[in-house]
Amino acid sequence: MRLAMREALLAFRRAPLLSALGITTIAFSLFAFGLFGLVTINIRDALRAVEDRVELRAFLVDGTTEDALATAMGDIGAFPEVREVGYVSSDSALVRSREELAEFSDVFDASVLPASIEVRLREGQRDPVTVQAVADRIATYPFIDDVRFGLEWVTKLYAVRTAAVYTGIGLGIVFALVAVIIIGSTIRMAVLARAREIEIMRLVGATNGFVRLPFLIEGTLKGMLGGVLAVGMAYLAHTAVSRMLFETVFFTPAQVGIGIAAGAALGFLGSLLSVGRHLRAVWRDA
Amino acid sequence: MSGVLRLDAVTKEYPRTGVAVRDVSFAVDKGEFVFLTGPSGSGKSTLLKLLSFAERPSQGDVKVSGFSSATLRDREIPQLRRRLGIVFQDFRLLTDRTVEANVAFALEVTGAAAGTIGTKVGRLLTQVGLASKATAMPHELSGGEQQRVAIARALANDPFLLLADEPTGNLDERATRGIVQLLREINALGTAVIMATHDLSLIMRSGYRYLELERGTLLYDGTDARRLTRHQ
Ligand SMILES: Nc1ncnc2c1ncn2[C@@H]1O[C@H](COP(=O)(O)OP(=O)(O)OP(=O)(O)O)[C@@H](O)[C@H]1O
Ligand SMILES: [Mg+2]
Repeated sequence: MRLAMREALLAFRRAPLLSALGITTIAFSLFAFGLFGLVTINIRDALRAVEDRVELRAFLVDGTTEDALATAMGDIGAFPEVREVGYVSSDSALVRSREELAEFSDVFDASVLPASIEVRLREGQRDPVTVQAVADRIATYPFIDDVRFGLEWVTKLYAVRTAAVYTGIGLGIVFALVAVIIIGSTIRMAVLARAREIEIMRLVGATNGFVRLPFLIEGTLKGMLGGVLAVGMAYLAHTAVSRMLFETVFFTPAQVGIGIAAGAALGFLGSLLSVGRHLRAVWRDA
Repeated sequence: MSGVLRLDAVTKEYPRTGVAVRDVSFAVDKGEFVFLTGPSGSGKSTLLKLLSFAERPSQGDVKVSGFSSATLRDREIPQLRRRLGIVFQDFRLLTDRTVEANVAFALEVTGAAAGTIGTKVGRLLTQVGLASKATAMPHELSGGEQQRVAIARALANDPFLLLADEPTGNLDERATRGIVQLLREINALGTAVIMATHDLSLIMRSGYRYLELERGTLLYDGTDARRLTRHQ
């Protein structure tokens, strides 16, 4: 193991440029994942904050009876998606409208605010489709004039999040493929550079696993370094955005760990895929 | 009689060059010394490769120690190699490390305990007469000395069989005699030796058993050295 480690480190010195290239592509691959991961996480947090405020507001037709209202509120409160139902009288609506969310301000005509039912949804039931469905159901009551909700916002945020996820995955996969190929070719170089040693190893009866080990260690180390570099780049991006644009959250330590482990896995995969093939080429004339 | 190896009707055919070894059968016993001779291209190296499982027979069966080409899987080959010593005409030393590091390499890569390697290397270098050159680099040695290093490396895992493919092919007469003498000493300690050579005088002087190949077929297997004088 110690010997394998030493041989692996030697490979870095033999092809420093190619090694650096391999590490950098792995870093970019993970950085692409990471950056869009960060966007996703931050949008998720933003969504949660907005969602908490997402409520459906059903405006009542003037002159709705107390009885009808109570029954309707009971019904709506029993919808599986609904967490909470409240009644806002005409008077209190006016007061509250001043403190309300910006995105709802346009909903209210400044002077006349009708009484309304305020509906809050359960967590996980706040995506645009569900919100729309609940709104449609509430709108079927005859005394409901109009149902309003901050759908646009939610829809937009969801769209951005989905785009971020797909872009991140797409770019990440492209970089990951490039990384695997580059790691593969650094392994090829390393195998060729050590052709004599490998030949002798085989001659005296070193096992295949033993011969492969230094190359696998080399690939894995490079991947890990790439992962660390990616985390560093993501952190820089995060600080820059936080300082210049708006406050963002960073990955948890566990997520950072996963990122570095993913780098190691990429490097391992890249070397595993190529080492067998290149070793066979060297072994032919042993 | 305990057999070290046995070939049964072995044929080796290469995809582009055709048949290199044709229907060869022979056996070697424990502690024997056998020469392998024949003109260039007659299949000597191929035969040695079959014995070290660097090549697989196209037909027939190669048995070395308990291993048979019919059943041995590729992943088991290292087990066999550890029990074989193999040397070549061109020494195949690692030029970027010292004599002792070259010998130690064989032990390191086959999982010898680190603490035992130093002593073992010292003993092997003494056995081949190179104890005083342990820290020299290969290029600082004569051809004969380099071959001794290669032999020390081949002996690292105490082989029961030593395969030598023209080990004296690059050496002058004196160095050749020294190497052959060394191989005889190793043989006297119980290791079977198969040595390929073009040097018929070596075979004649030794009186040992020899196998003669011609275009892949086994022409002669015996100890009659007088046949060889006719060749010369
Ligand atoms: N790896 C190979 N691939 C294809 N053909 C080969 C290979 N090795 C040897 N041969 C062929 O097999 C035949 C025997 O070659 P081999 O090397 O066994 O002869 P040799 O007796 O060792 O010759 P020399 O005395 O020149 O070393 C030759 O015709 C050669 O072309
Ligand atoms: Mg040959």
